[in-house]
Amino acid sequence: MNTKTPLSPKNMIEFRDVSFHINDILNRLIVSGVSLEIPQGETLVLLGRSGSGKTTLLKLMNGMLLPTKGEILVQERPTATWDPIRLRRGIGYVIQDAGLFPHFTVAENVGLVPTLESWDTTRTAKRVDEMLQLVGLDPREFAHRRPRELSGGQRQRVGVARALAADPPILLMDEPFGALDPVTRAELQREFSALVRRLGKTIVFVTHDLREALFLASRIVLLETGRIVASAAPEEFLHLNHPEVRAFTSSLAMTPGAST
Amino acid sequence: MSPQLTTWSFFADHRAEILGATLDHLTLVVIAMIIAILIGVPLGMFIVHRPALRALALGVASIFQTIPSLALFGFLIPIPFIGGIGKRTAIVALVLYALLPILRNTYVGLTGIDPGVLEAAEAMGMTRAQILFRVRFPLALAIILAGIRTATIITIGVATIAAAIGAGGLGTFIFRGVALVSDSLILAGAIPAALLALLADFLLGLLERRLKVY
Repeated sequence: MNTKTPLSPKNMIEFRDVSFHINDILNRLIVSGVSLEIPQGETLVLLGRSGSGKTTLLKLMNGMLLPTKGEILVQERPTATWDPIRLRRGIGYVIQDAGLFPHFTVAENVGLVPTLESWDTTRTAKRVDEMLQLVGLDPREFAHRRPRELSGGQRQRVGVARALAADPPILLMDEPFGALDPVTRAELQREFSALVRRLGKTIVFVTHDLREALFLASRIVLLETGRIVASAAPEEFLHLNHPEVRAFTSSLAMTPGAST
Repeated sequence: MSPQLTTWSFFADHRAEILGATLDHLTLVVIAMIIAILIGVPLGMFIVHRPALRALALGVASIFQTIPSLALFGFLIPIPFIGGIGKRTAIVALVLYALLPILRNTYVGLTGIDPGVLEAAEAMGMTRAQILFRVRFPLALAIILAGIRTATIITIGVATIAAAIGAGGLGTFIFRGVALVSDSLILAGAIPAALLALLADFLLGLLERRLKVY
């Protein structure tokens, strides 16, 4: 597979002092003063507890949310000035439980963005086959199945194939392996990490699982209540001396039978 | 002679009239249902993203349902254009009755979609219209059809009362039977109406299960 995006030293995604708050009675600040540069080809893992603002950051990247303060540049253009539809068609998105369309076959799910982009049917069909093979599903066996006829792991594979189908330079993943059993999860993590190295996409991956972050990331960014509290390569991350980092590393050290 | 036999021979003697009234009845129901679907389904789609209009539309449709059917027919008679004696008024009343189940089920079906599916659709760059027509609508179809099924059964029943304002149909036998204290006449209206309702329920139920493939 080719990667159309030229290797450039420029940032694929950049946050400039971004804040986001929900405009309700509580006026909650979900993201606060985030600045972040994500160069092309990086696999950035956003790590944090539930409610730390990880998913909000993802949705700010594809314009599903717009910042209340600051700006987010995607391919050097603020998300607020992008046509949201164009922006999102160039960004793959994978969520927990895959969010496959239950009334579409696997092939129709994977071929969705190419279809929306009016590719001709032969090109789409060829691409769908390629994508299914890429994620380890035999097209002859799976292309015509419906999502309910798949296991959780297979569904997630289809989710990844669907996100990659139109060859977007950016891939956003929101706890994609979170709902899988540990064995399947490890299997998908291994395959995905190999896939990532091959594709050279810019990937932002959200998880609350430090083990997963260490395994997949080229850089880990730790969030706590909407702020970035740490940012480091995996090998350095474990040695950082921030209380929230230690909270995560101590969870890693937990052994069966030990008291919590 | 036993009363069952009298009824039976009454049915046999008047089968042409009963069949005619049944067809009249069916015509009323089918026309009313087509109009109610043509209003209810698009309106249900229209109110998905419009909360103020949604409250109004569902509220008004609910109010019509609470008006006793005989009273609703009565209220409509003096209204110009849609009122008067006859089929037209009856169809208007039947449409008003059928609207709520169709409108409500359409709205509930369109909004009761797995949030993950909607999130994925939005994130992949589908427009709101594409999400509505390619995702929400196909996934809501079985629920919309369940609303149509409920509305059809209600309409078949309520249409018997339409005879009171001269719309014809199976109600004609029932009203005449009540006036003449004739069980045979009442049954000549009631039995075909019940059979129609059962048949409609069965056929639409079959279609509904067909659509529930996922």
